[in-house]
Amino acid sequence: MLAYVAKRVGMVIPTFIGITLLAFSLIHMIPGNAVEALSGERGMSPERYQQLSHQLGLDRPLRTQYFDYVGHLLHGDFGRSINTHDGVLQEFLTLFPATVELALCALALALLLGLPAGMLAAVKRNSVLDYSVMGVSLTGYSMPIFWWALLLIQLFSVTLGWTPVSGRIDIAFDFPAPTGFMLIDAWMSGEDGAVASALWHLILPAIALGTIPLAVIARMTRSAMLEVLREDYVRTARAKGLSWFSVVCVHALRNALIPVITVIGLQVGTLLTGAILTETIFSWPGIGKWLVEAIHRRDYPVVQGGILMSATIVIVVNLAVDLLYGVVNPRIRHNS
Amino acid sequence: MSASRLFQIAAAAILAACAGASAAASKTLVYCSEGSPEGFNPAFFSTGTTYDASSVPVFNRLVAFAPGTTEVVPSLAQSWDVSKDGRSYTFHLRRGVKFHGNALFAPSRDFDADDVLFSFMRQMDPKHPLHQLSSGQTFAYWDDMGMNKIISKIEKLDANTVRFTLLHPEAPFIADLAMDFASIMSAEYFDRMIARGTPEIADSQVIGTGPFQLVSYQKDAVIRYKAFDAYWGGRARIDKLVFAITPDAAVRYAKLRTGECQVMAYPKPADIASMRRNPAITVNEKEALNIGYIALNVEKKPLDDKRVRQALALATNRASILKLIYQGNGRAAKNLIPPTLWSYNDQIKDTPYDPDQARALLAKAGFPDGFAIDLWYLPVSRPYNPDGKRMAELLQADWAKIGVKARLVTYEWGEYRKRSKDGEQQAMMFGWSGDNGDPDNFFTPLLGCAAVRGGGNVSRWCNQAFESLIQKAAVTTQQAQRAKLYEQAQVVMKEQAPLITIAHSLEFTPARKEVHGYVMDATAHHNFYGVELSK
Repeated sequence: MLAYVAKRVGMVIPTFIGITLLAFSLIHMIPGNAVEALSGERGMSPERYQQLSHQLGLDRPLRTQYFDYVGHLLHGDFGRSINTHDGVLQEFLTLFPATVELALCALALALLLGLPAGMLAAVKRNSVLDYSVMGVSLTGYSMPIFWWALLLIQLFSVTLGWTPVSGRIDIAFDFPAPTGFMLIDAWMSGEDGAVASALWHLILPAIALGTIPLAVIARMTRSAMLEVLREDYVRTARAKGLSWFSVVCVHALRNALIPVITVIGLQVGTLLTGAILTETIFSWPGIGKWLVEAIHRRDYPVVQGGILMSATIVIVVNLAVDLLYGVVNPRIRHNS
Repeated sequence: MSASRLFQIAAAAILAACAGASAAASKTLVYCSEGSPEGFNPAFFSTGTTYDASSVPVFNRLVAFAPGTTEVVPSLAQSWDVSKDGRSYTFHLRRGVKFHGNALFAPSRDFDADDVLFSFMRQMDPKHPLHQLSSGQTFAYWDDMGMNKIISKIEKLDANTVRFTLLHPEAPFIADLAMDFASIMSAEYFDRMIARGTPEIADSQVIGTGPFQLVSYQKDAVIRYKAFDAYWGGRARIDKLVFAITPDAAVRYAKLRTGECQVMAYPKPADIASMRRNPAITVNEKEALNIGYIALNVEKKPLDDKRVRQALALATNRASILKLIYQGNGRAAKNLIPPTLWSYNDQIKDTPYDPDQARALLAKAGFPDGFAIDLWYLPVSRPYNPDGKRMAELLQADWAKIGVKARLVTYEWGEYRKRSKDGEQQAMMFGWSGDNGDPDNFFTPLLGCAAVRGGGNVSRWCNQAFESLIQKAAVTTQQAQRAKLYEQAQVVMKEQAPLITIAHSLEFTPARKEVHGYVMDATAHHNFYGVELSK
């Protein structure tokens, strides 16, 4: 087990090098650069262009810029945003809790609905229920997030007036945000109705962001469950008189969970990607919106830092998922 | 089943939460803005989004634009004298003007000449201790406007008098001082923060003399201001001003409809009609200080021939462009400057849509069968041109009628600017939004000879007659004389046709009916001083 963990962690280092290289070269491959993005209609004299490029270190050879960047990274220095002049790490840490809060809620929603829906569909295979769950999840999976989000706003906020349109909490609430997690901050503030308002603001974005993972999880659970339900031990369990509930939810589910957990790990990537659109639509101050803006402005340090940190999260989560297999299913122990 | 039970509990919690959601306080104005400011010191940045959040609510300048116009009126300077030679401007400062305070700073004195000197010298003097406070920080507008080539020195004559000496007479100078980058900061606040070892705080938790004080900012989410009780112009009629940062225009509109905000920035043109039908919404509109046009690069054959350029202008069906691209949200442009600017020459005859005459001109120029040309279209939507690609398709069809085969070309916006600066374009869509309502601010950056090199003059047209007229106008102090010179310059431009003027767009700021007294700004800022909320 220990050797396995060491091997997996060891793999992380070349992956990181690959990511820095990729992030760096991709953003530099896009036509235009940060200085041009600054100039707008007015244009810029060649001298000033030179001066700004020099100030930002963009006049050096790309290779030098890359090694310089990596060198600073090793010292924990992610650089400063060209746009706001603030530290990239500091901006990331300010915005990241909002993304995590939204992603966790979306994932919770996806699990809460996706797992039982998939299980039900598997147990009632080829029933109307099965077909409708699968049909709905296919629709959910194919829906463009921005369109779906606008539809939700139109229906629930504008027409029915049930939920607020966007933002994280009602404007009337103004309290310090020590953690950056609105639900926790609202709870800590002790103000009447703050937690409720924060929750109420979370609903639509969580639905919009959670729809694709929900669909994937439901379909994955169904097919994994179908496999397992055919196994001999399930028949044995039924034969020895265990209740249907106990067979499905205890014996079968545990074994069916392995592929589902893999998928959940992979969905972290989807959640971060989806956050870009969801956050823009719902005015959610997270890293998705921050990254898009940075790409438009060719804000190299932000794009590189943001990609690196998002990639780190995906890697760490997937590593954790790999290690989780052993916990969920004792038959899988990495002892080779 | 356990999951469905959990869902029931969650649903119950959500319903309970619904009941708890409360409405905003009565005298709070919520403005759905389009993006996050880059920062709060307007001297560092050059976007309208940043100005709306910094220079407009928090700061004042020596002079200001009267609400809704580009007329320069006194602000922190109560009056000013200009010397006969037009090189020396003496400002008499308003007395008793208070600065804001915050948790770190309580001002011990009123605004005076030291604050003016500090605000300008920091930008002007590369040796100023705060000139380069953080890496990558630049005084964008100061540099872009070439202020160091205009101002020679700034002196404090006494506590309430400041004199600016210019290197040469420069009539637009006074309008420059009304621009955002010329905002006046508190020298005392910066001194205090330097002593504390945190000078950068003074650039983010800003202190000004303006109608609203900055209270807090959560990046990408919300900016809060409160009315400054001791504002020299009289306290604002609303108590709190909140910017709810909402990047998507459809979502801003949804928030306006549900009352989550009372005013919204930049609606989608397609939504205007439905907004007008909504009884809860007033659509404020104003002709924007801008111009969208097709530049014709006179360095490229066959556009070096005036007759060819005139033919292309004659072959352009502007009426259909206005109808289809601007959808009624624009006004046909016959001059470079919009009619709201002084010196607009209304005597100029608009170029008609006349393909026959165009064909005849082309034949005279030696192109009876037309020619092939590259037409660059804007890759992004700009206020002066909402849809470059569709406009290009219309132009392509129009020009085909006189035998001109336009090949449509575009690049990513940064690349578009770079290549046009290098002069690669033939015909190219471009445009401009005015900064300060001085006609010079259109003619010099767009058609001046120096701008050929700087990249703003994408027609690359450097005409001696035109250049001497606009240069003379720039150093003449009498506005009536200047207007005459600009009127002549417009005649030269029309005749030479270095560009095909298309449209001046309209700007919209929809607000809910309970908002009163909102005045659309002539330079596209969103200003909430003077706004009142009913109910």
